[in-house]
Amino acid sequence: MNHKGEYYQRDREWHPPAFDKGYKTSVTRSPQYALISLENSPSEITGPVFGHNDIDPLDNDLISNYAQPGESPIGERIIVHGRVLDENARPVPNTLVEIWQANAGGRYRHKKDTYLAPIDPNFGGCGRTLTDENGYYYFRTVKPGAYPWRNYINSWRPAHIHVSVFGASFAQRLITQLYFEGDPLIPRCPIVNTIPDPDAIQQLVAKLDLNATIPLDTIAYKFDIVLRGRRSTLFENRLEGN
Amino acid sequence: MEQKLDYLKETPSQTAGPYVHIGLAPGAAGFDIYRQELGWDIAGPNAKGERIRVEGIVIDGTGSPVKDVLLEAWQANSQGIYAHPEHDGEVEEGFRGWGRVITDFDTGEWGFDTVKPGPVMGRNGQMMAPHINLWIVARGINIGLNTRIYFDDEAEANAADPVINGVEWERRRQTLIARRTERDGQVVYRFDIRLQGGDETVFFDI
Repeated sequence: MNHKGEYYQRDREWHPPAFDKGYKTSVTRSPQYALISLENSPSEITGPVFGHNDIDPLDNDLISNYAQPGESPIGERIIVHGRVLDENARPVPNTLVEIWQANAGGRYRHKKDTYLAPIDPNFGGCGRTLTDENGYYYFRTVKPGAYPWRNYINSWRPAHIHVSVFGASFAQRLITQLYFEGDPLIPRCPIVNTIPDPDAIQQLVAKLDLNATIPLDTIAYKFDIVLRGRRSTLFENRLEGN
Repeated sequence: MEQKLDYLKETPSQTAGPYVHIGLAPGAAGFDIYRQELGWDIAGPNAKGERIRVEGIVIDGTGSPVKDVLLEAWQANSQGIYAHPEHDGEVEEGFRGWGRVITDFDTGEWGFDTVKPGPVMGRNGQMMAPHINLWIVARGINIGLNTRIYFDDEAEANAADPVINGVEWERRRQTLIARRTERDGQVVYRFDIRLQGGDETVFFDI
């Protein structure tokens, strides 16, 4: 019988480092001392559990979840779908996936966003869902627009959707950003380029998925998410101390 | 013949950005959308143990409060049990053990109400002192920062804690310990987080 052991060590060369001078805000918000590595204890291998009582079935439909009756947001109607897997390629079922994004013009519904592109009265910009037993999730939304930000004076974020995933443990907790295939702003973005490995960047680019489109209705992008995998304790390592 | 290792790579992290509230705390962003936002109630009404408040600010490398942070807490109940199927034991009905708070846009203050966790059995039969696991994301933070909140009135347990003792520099251990005070009859633990500098908070690679 395979007991579950620790999560695989996170590959910190694959993830962005804390400090990257090209992304200016990181300069004063990055720890200077090395992280202290912890062996997993129950504090790390457990994490919050969510159920269908926590959310509503239509929380994953950003086209309707803030629209006035009979109205829709302006923009390119898209489906974003995929699976949440672990590094062993096993599905991560019943896990909470939350997203947020700007509207089609690149404007966020946030009191701190002062970009001159207008708010869409029928678009909130957030959604959430639980993966099914196969780790599958889907959202319907509009494709977000690029927007300017004060890094360099002419910096523009590529179109992106922020994605938050829990997994089965606090050690798997992850926030990232989804980009769209072919966007010429991707290689120019200082936040994207905090990731050192081009293959890692490719992992954040959702691919056009014509097979999943709804003809004459909604175009689709596929975005699989990989969370940390776990050892099997083939030989006991007394994780729980008993 | 070459034998391929067919592990996948973890999806790389990206900063949560300045508008993390839209997705994870939309009320704070300025609009109501969900029937209920998640993470407001960590312990629930039935939790046993001492009711406490934990609060602080997050300070950047210039000494300024950071006003766009989102923090998530993960803790055991007062008996040291996590609300998770892999942890043996029962928690009180309504005890989730997880919470989510944001810093105030004007002051940078954050805080949450919960119960004080009990000690949790760690690795190799070593008991861990009571602690709350914390995860911090914000604009400028490329990958979420993990730390732990310990309590200064648990000096004996803290002295035996394997994680605290894993920090070689005794002076840095102090950055993990919240200070107990009382305010209007309520127990309040103060825990300021310093992202950078000489008295930088200890962050973990968990």
